[in-house]
Amino acid sequence: MSDHVETPTPAERNHLRLGSWIDRVPPGYWVLGVILLVIPAFVSDFVMFQIMGWTFILGLIALSLMFLGGYGGMVSLAQMAFAGFAGYMVAIFGNSAITTISQDWPWWIVIPLALLLTVLFATAVGWLAVRTEGIYTIMITLAIAAAFFYFTRQNYDLFNGFQGFNSVLPPHIFGVDWRGPEAFYYLTLFWAVLGYCAVLYVSRAPFGLALQGVRDNPRRMAALGYNVTAHRVAAYSFAAIIAGIGGILLTWQSSQISPGTVGINAAIDILVIAVVGGLRHPIGPFIGAFIYVLLKTFATDVLVALGLSGDRFQLVIGLGFLIIVFFSPDGILGLWEKLRSSQNRDPLTGQDRPRGPL
Amino acid sequence: MRLFAQRHPVWAGIIAVLIAILLWLIFAIWPDGLKDAIGRKKVFLNALFNGITLGGLYFLVASGFTLIFGLMRNVNLAHGSLYLLGGYVGFHTADITGYWLLAFPVAFLVVAVFGVLLQILVFRRMEGEDLRQTLVTIGISIVMADLMLWGFGGDFFNISPPPWLSGPIETFLVTAQKSNGDLVYLKYPMVRIVIFVAAVVVGVVMWLALNRTRIGMMIRAGVDDRDMLSATGARIQIVFIGVFAFGAGLAGIAGVVGGTFQSVAPGEDIRFLLASLVVVIVGGMGSIPGAALGALLIGLAEQFGSVYFPTYAVVLTFLIMVVVLAFRPQGLMGTE
Repeated sequence: MSDHVETPTPAERNHLRLGSWIDRVPPGYWVLGVILLVIPAFVSDFVMFQIMGWTFILGLIALSLMFLGGYGGMVSLAQMAFAGFAGYMVAIFGNSAITTISQDWPWWIVIPLALLLTVLFATAVGWLAVRTEGIYTIMITLAIAAAFFYFTRQNYDLFNGFQGFNSVLPPHIFGVDWRGPEAFYYLTLFWAVLGYCAVLYVSRAPFGLALQGVRDNPRRMAALGYNVTAHRVAAYSFAAIIAGIGGILLTWQSSQISPGTVGINAAIDILVIAVVGGLRHPIGPFIGAFIYVLLKTFATDVLVALGLSGDRFQLVIGLGFLIIVFFSPDGILGLWEKLRSSQNRDPLTGQDRPRGPL
Repeated sequence: MRLFAQRHPVWAGIIAVLIAILLWLIFAIWPDGLKDAIGRKKVFLNALFNGITLGGLYFLVASGFTLIFGLMRNVNLAHGSLYLLGGYVGFHTADITGYWLLAFPVAFLVVAVFGVLLQILVFRRMEGEDLRQTLVTIGISIVMADLMLWGFGGDFFNISPPPWLSGPIETFLVTAQKSNGDLVYLKYPMVRIVIFVAAVVVGVVMWLALNRTRIGMMIRAGVDDRDMLSATGARIQIVFIGVFAFGAGLAGIAGVVGGTFQSVAPGEDIRFLLASLVVVIVGGMGSIPGAALGALLIGLAEQFGSVYFPTYAVVLTFLIMVVVLAFRPQGLMGTE
């Protein structure tokens, strides 16, 4: 007889919200997450450290390019330079075998400082690069990446020239050696997931939406009162944080940084990774990085097994890249979407089938 | 020029003063104080002439790039590979036949045919898709670099000029005065002078062809408005193919020149791609005079940089690019 409506207590409401949030996570994420978390129990140290760790690192650097290219419409070849810059800063302010240059400051100063300087560097570059559009951006960022490469190679006071820095090791925090295979795997996984989620979050936040608006129609966005230049420069700054984290991890993984790390070929490799994976969605760079790392690690063996010279590895990468950009400009994600939409199409009418409840 | 002087009297004055100082530096016998300050005159003159001749080489590479970009909006990041291909073809032609001069037409033809294939098979399929063109040409340059490494090996090749061109000649420029009153004249490699003159001739012929002939008129019309040109009945695709072949052929010739100046080796493709990028960014996209000015500036900056600030020579060129971009994003000779 009572029309008493059951109102959930605050605790229950919290639980409900959390529950619905968990429900909204697609099942694919759960499967992938569990696989990634338990992988170290099954695979060798080499796979964990060299393949998975490298995939996450290259994926992070390519993710910063994907953010700029996919959401901002600015394809920047300078992302590897930003990553290398962060790595150099860690080597200069932190510890390395070059004790005459390295300051050996504590890690909790070095890492934020390195990222801060990287963001400043990238903001300056971004301010320069956004004065141009489309194809010019690629050329100018390529030229800037080349300038950084030559500068590091010729400057001995700060960047130690051709040699670079070796023995750049991660700090022992919580008594863990972060360069151990398992610890490094989880470290890179953590940052890769964080970077992925951050890009996904920003892409749906007001800033990301405005950035996509700027990409699609800068003039209209300017008429609406948005500061087009500021949005673009800010995109460079944000992407530089991701690239910088990737660069620091990369430096720790190989325990060295030298001009070769930031060379033009490396910059182009990052572009290849991002494009092969797909610039539409932040998962693309990680797919691209995984394929790239697999190819880079095993292509030589496969080539030799097929009776070809292992030196032709670069040819395989180049041809694969060519085929993918020739037939699917959106990379592997684009191929996947094409496949799904063609499966979803009714062969009789040629129209999309209505989606049933899954 | 008079228009420029009327519009920008201050700049015209500064440029005139700079030119006067430069002429004095070239022709005068340096007083001892100046020698103490910036070194011997011979070093300065050598840097100046090396810079100008290097600028000639850069102009050969970059003018093809800028012509192709200006007319078709094709972004050909495989341009450096075309240069390197020309260098290899030229080296082997000169090596087998023994005629240095024969290397030029052969390299031009081979690379031009390659350029035509690129235009028909790649660029025509993706007109107006900047990003895709860039990516595809990057892919092509990766593949070509590895194929050339496979085919020609990783060695340095040097195309040797014929005997009548090798060796230095004495110029009329005085570098110093001996204590007994004799004048010391500058010696400079003959082949560099010849090649520079050839680059100037190519530039002038190109300018004349663009501005005084019917085909040049069509090309300039195409630069301004492609659609209108094809609507008037011009066979625009044939013009495109011709321009692409010519630009690629120039890159091939530049490869032979570069192989004679310096050397042909893997990695030179990226170096010259970057050089032509910087040159056209500084000079202005699609402008032939801009490419000449940019090439001269970059060549001089590189040579003077390597003589007077050896550690930061390359950075100096990029600094020029940054300054130009910051104050004149369309390039020195570019139009909005």
